[in-house]
Amino acid sequence: MASQEQLSAIKRAKVLMVGAGGIGCELLKTLALSGFQDIHIIDMDTIEVSNLNRQFLFRQSHVGQSKAKVARDAVLRFRPNISITPYHANVKESRFYVDFFKEFDVVLNGLDNLDARRHVNRLCLAAGIPLVESGTTGFLGQVTVHLKGKTECYECQPKPAPKTYPVCTITSTPSKFVHCIVWAKDLLFAKLFGDKNQENDLNVHSSDTANSSEHSEDVFECRKDEDIERYGRRIYDHVFGHNIEVALSNEETWKNRNKPRPIYSKDVLPEEQTKENGNEEKGCAADDVSAMVSLRLKNPQDIWSLVENSRVFLEALRLFFLKREKDIGNLTFDKDDQLAVEFVTAAANIRASSFGIPLHSLFEAKGIAGNIVHAVATTNAIIAGLIVIEAIKVLQKDNNNYRMTYCLEHPSRKLLLMPVEPYEPNRSCYVCSETPLSLEVNTQRCKLRDFVEKIIKAKLGMNFPLIMQGASILYEVGEDLEEDMVVIYAANLEKALSELPSPVTSGSVLTVEDLQQEFSCSINIKHREEFDEEKEPDGMLLSGWVEAPVDKDNNKPIGNDESTSNALPSMETLDGDKDDEIQETSEVVEAFAGKKRKLSEVSEVTAPDPSGPSSINQNKPEKLDIDDEDDELIISDDWESFTKKKKL
Amino acid sequence: MDGEELTEQETALYDRQIRVWGADAQRRLSKSHILVCGLKGTVAEFCKNIVLAGVGSVTLVDDRVVTDESLPANFLILPHENHYNGKTLAEVCCDSLKEFNPMVHVAVETGDISTFGVEFFEKFDAVIISCCSLGKKVLFQKLINQKCRKLSKRVAFYTVECRGSCGEMFVDLQDYKYSKKKLEETIECQIEYPSFEEAISVPWRALPRRVSKLYFAMRVIEQFEDVEGRNPGETSIADRLGVLKLRKELCETNSLDESQIPDALLERLLTDTREFPPVCAIIGGILGQEVIKAISGKGDPLKNFFFFDAMDGKGLIEDISGPSTRS
Repeated sequence: MASQEQLSAIKRAKVLMVGAGGIGCELLKTLALSGFQDIHIIDMDTIEVSNLNRQFLFRQSHVGQSKAKVARDAVLRFRPNISITPYHANVKESRFYVDFFKEFDVVLNGLDNLDARRHVNRLCLAAGIPLVESGTTGFLGQVTVHLKGKTECYECQPKPAPKTYPVCTITSTPSKFVHCIVWAKDLLFAKLFGDKNQENDLNVHSSDTANSSEHSEDVFECRKDEDIERYGRRIYDHVFGHNIEVALSNEETWKNRNKPRPIYSKDVLPEEQTKENGNEEKGCAADDVSAMVSLRLKNPQDIWSLVENSRVFLEALRLFFLKREKDIGNLTFDKDDQLAVEFVTAAANIRASSFGIPLHSLFEAKGIAGNIVHAVATTNAIIAGLIVIEAIKVLQKDNNNYRMTYCLEHPSRKLLLMPVEPYEPNRSCYVCSETPLSLEVNTQRCKLRDFVEKIIKAKLGMNFPLIMQGASILYEVGEDLEEDMVVIYAANLEKALSELPSPVTSGSVLTVEDLQQEFSCSINIKHREEFDEEKEPDGMLLSGWVEAPVDKDNNKPIGNDESTSNALPSMETLDGDKDDEIQETSEVVEAFAGKKRKLSEVSEVTAPDPSGPSSINQNKPEKLDIDDEDDELIISDDWESFTKKKKL
Repeated sequence: MDGEELTEQETALYDRQIRVWGADAQRRLSKSHILVCGLKGTVAEFCKNIVLAGVGSVTLVDDRVVTDESLPANFLILPHENHYNGKTLAEVCCDSLKEFNPMVHVAVETGDISTFGVEFFEKFDAVIISCCSLGKKVLFQKLINQKCRKLSKRVAFYTVECRGSCGEMFVDLQDYKYSKKKLEETIECQIEYPSFEEAISVPWRALPRRVSKLYFAMRVIEQFEDVEGRNPGETSIADRLGVLKLRKELCETNSLDESQIPDALLERLLTDTREFPPVCAIIGGILGQEVIKAISGKGDPLKNFFFFDAMDGKGLIEDISGPSTRS
């Protein structure tokens, strides 16, 4: 392939790659081999050992260095005469604004998180530059093409928000191992080793009876001169023993559920045994400290017994206090922190044991706690090849031949790589079609701060919002704001919506903009008095913004991390946890799903013969073998299997 | 369980892929030996993939001397003037591949392996052929496939060829048994593969109606090159009439309508013979996955041809078997 015109289009092209990781390495290599000569690449990460199984441009000796820079150096070795400009930076930085994007002929994403993808999507829309999106997870992958006004933008099809779990499930009624992980990571670990000033739901009783939070504070503070062993057992007994007993005292909760059993350290680990633990690590660096090593537990794939988990729990806690004292009070969970992973695994397992949930190995627990995306080189290579093919079409403005391509694990009608025509833009998309949204909220109780955090930033993905009602600016973020405005905005954040200088009440229309993304949308406000605490803990309901339906994993983007953290719990469970399902948005999805039309139906020009110059000997031109019905069937049947996790 | 545990180093390095296929599969990979013949772009991609995956060893065969022409789709060759003075492709690629994963043993073998004895192939678990300069592609592939089949040990056999925007891959796992989990149960599966010779001898009229046109087109081009004594890829538009004539003959013999092998497709295969890097990446990736599946015994292997055409973007599997091995 690569005809002369293609080659010259390729040579002239200026390409932006966002991401130099799994897809990025493969993509940069393939672009360079294909004749591209001016490539820019943005990536904020540094190289880690676990990258080396697939990010083949990196070596062991590069660990800790910038991915973008090392990738560039590696590719220049086999293509010395091309230009690759690396940026070790976050694509959300203000220097990557619309004019920066306008310089490029096409943008190619190799990202691993939804947030950055939405951001780039908006910038490409604002700049009018085509975007080729992609993602991989294990053996699955996809490549999609987005052209403003011609195809769907990346956000036209709803992308589910990261999983979060209701508070009560985490604090009182876990039914799955992941609930125990979230408890261990975001509550217990955070309480013991994290910022003490952070709000923490540990010990919150689901029925809100008087809970002695003063008492809890005492429990978690290490008493003066207290033996670390003593302290460890005290914590153990409190969270796995006492708190469970307290929960059991509320009969209501357990009417239709299996009761947990309290676990006390003296029953699991009689006193003398703990003294035998612990091989004092003499002179080892604080970073290498490990309970597993200390207890001689070798295999991270082993599932430890309750006794072993309890030993790890106490030993890890002991090692934190003995060897990593300076870290205590500052730590957030990091999947690459071995001791933290050990602690969280053990804590989650003990809790699971209490609730009759199957225990998991450290390897599995780490994957869940660290939101690890499983990944192999081959899928990334395939996807990179597909991206370059689309990129070349984009450069040639080959409008009728753009394809969304899905890389399947199991063939569907003989196809492992399935091309589908792109759809026209979704007219209800609030991003590219500027459809207004609606928000139901108690305008007298809800503070502007909550509106900004939960709606504007979390749901709408804006980083630097400007909020206006009419001509009145209620809030904005920026670098060169006047001092007195900053004060006013700070004050506004703490006010209820109806008490703002320009009061926001039922019927108000707010305009929200992100100047960097050059993206704006309007929100119609409706006052509502009551919100169900369980089902709508945010106290707000945004609609018109089409969320993915809860019962199916339709359109789940491949390769987006899935947070299991529960910082601001809300009801968006998407894993089929039946107790907590909500149905409110599924109607909205169904309403628009039927109206999507493929590009080919829209244009009146017939597709050119894809087999090349028209042949003499044929009766019919070679057509794309895909008809409407097949596509609908294929996509809805197979998307379910896309997201089934592989069992090891 | 298969014996020794993975080392700490392996567990750390292979963490992300162990999460895909499991520790057992990883162990099996680390004990496997792969033979690769013909180091064009697609095979370079494949080698990169399996070295990263952590196979036990990779043995490279390609005695062609490195020239400027070898460079385009092969990123294992670093263009330094003194770097490849007289070195063979196998030697240069060997050096590059070792860097990707120091735990994999990469070596070079020289000579015409189609003349080697059967015992040579016994060392390997998988053999991958991408015919290059030997003039008789079909015969070469047949011979090696036969040797693989003569052994009591199962040696997986693959061929691969990419031309322009098209790519073709063939798989022969002989009599392949594996187990997989379906819902809560483990079920035993068995697939019988035809040999390379059996597959390409299946009369065209016996094949299902909607078999990919690319299959037939590749057979025509292949035969043309063999008959004319050309190396794979040594064709041009000047061969058009010759190819169309051959197509006519083959279609008559096989009772196949000539429209099943469009002129336009044949023309593309005649003129775009150079490997196109994105297609190399795709085929090299699919091939990598298949070899990993076969060695680890995990996952449904494809049977028995895979085709990709960047023109329509489809990557599809065709089962080209006689009645005895048809699934």
